[in-house]
Amino acid sequence: MNKEVSLIAQNIQTTQYIAIAVSLGLFLYILYLVRKKKIKEEYSLLWLFSSIVFIFFSIWRDGLEYFAKLVGIAYPPAALFLILMLAIFLILIEFSIIISRHSEETKILAQEIALLKNRIEMSESGKKAQNTIRKDDLGDVEPVDEPVG
Amino acid sequence: MKKILIIVPAFNEAENISRVIHRLYDENRDWDILVINDASEDNTSRLARDTGKITAVIDLPFNLGIGGCVQTGFRYARDNGYDITLQFDGDGQHNAEEIRKLLDLVISGEADVAIGSRFSEKHDGFKSSVYRRIGIRIFEWFSFMLIRQRITDHTSGFRAYNRKAIKFLADYYPSDYPEPEVVILLGRNGFRIRETFTQMHERQGGVSSIPLSKGPYYMIKVMLAMFMSSIRSKTYRNE
Repeated sequence: MNKEVSLIAQNIQTTQYIAIAVSLGLFLYILYLVRKKKIKEEYSLLWLFSSIVFIFFSIWRDGLEYFAKLVGIAYPPAALFLILMLAIFLILIEFSIIISRHSEETKILAQEIALLKNRIEMSESGKKAQNTIRKDDLGDVEPVDEPVG
Repeated sequence: MKKILIIVPAFNEAENISRVIHRLYDENRDWDILVINDASEDNTSRLARDTGKITAVIDLPFNLGIGGCVQTGFRYARDNGYDITLQFDGDGQHNAEEIRKLLDLVISGEADVAIGSRFSEKHDGFKSSVYRRIGIRIFEWFSFMLIRQRITDHTSGFRAYNRKAIKFLADYYPSDYPEPEVVILLGRNGFRIRETFTQMHERQGGVSSIPLSKGPYYMIKVMLAMFMSSIRSKTYRNE
């Protein structure tokens, strides 16, 4: 009986170590990506923030238990899942916002490019029209009565 | 004399585009015709240019859908000082002779926006089933709740706009279900919308874009989009 309890306690200990290692790894990986400029700072904030929260709760287990009791969750690790899911939700919502903004910006770019292309086309054909001989260009040209050749 | 621009959005309309342009040109030569080619895979752009009767063809670099396509026209109209624009679909379902009716409503100052409606009068021109009529009624009621103006045909793309509306829509043109959303957006921002009955041709070939089984689903999506447009804060700033 006692042996069993200590085995469970040891398992919980192992789980905690894994949790700490994983969340620390996540935090460092995000830092690395930001440093390598694979993620822009503004998009990394939410990731860094949530990985700090994970580290915090995986080290301070009493804190997790306290939080679980506060929101009425009997099994403390389940509270960790709740926090995890909330964090993922927040990050995904942020992604939706960014995607929407980008698609709006892309649309405007496409429209502006099309309008500019048209302007260039117009001014090029306008130039051509100017290059064709106008009346005053012929001032010093002798009129030819008969076609040459 | 008012500067008038006819915006013709076109996506893969090689079959119809030259006929549509000639019809517009024959109707009134003072109108400027602008074709917006929404990255067609066929030679719509070439055919439109070859008519030699249009002011410009704008070729979008990739497909934006009808909303982004028409908005390009509004930007062009805004930047080139047009007083009135009229949207005329490139597939030939609208009648060039009826353009005058829409323009008159806007020129007279009676409306900021005039919509050519298939349903504002009881005609047999546009065959519609009972289900369809119920759908139309629901839309009419729903938009009346939102903007207190009676609109019978929310999906009609046959519309004329004045300068005030052009400037507004150049910046804020919705892209999901643009036609019904524009009605709500304009209504909420104090634009006066009037309808006039217009005949429309049945689609030449192909089937209706909305099959009966998907009707209710479509309606819910559109009504949701309309509702979303209505809860946005008023965007118009008087200039």
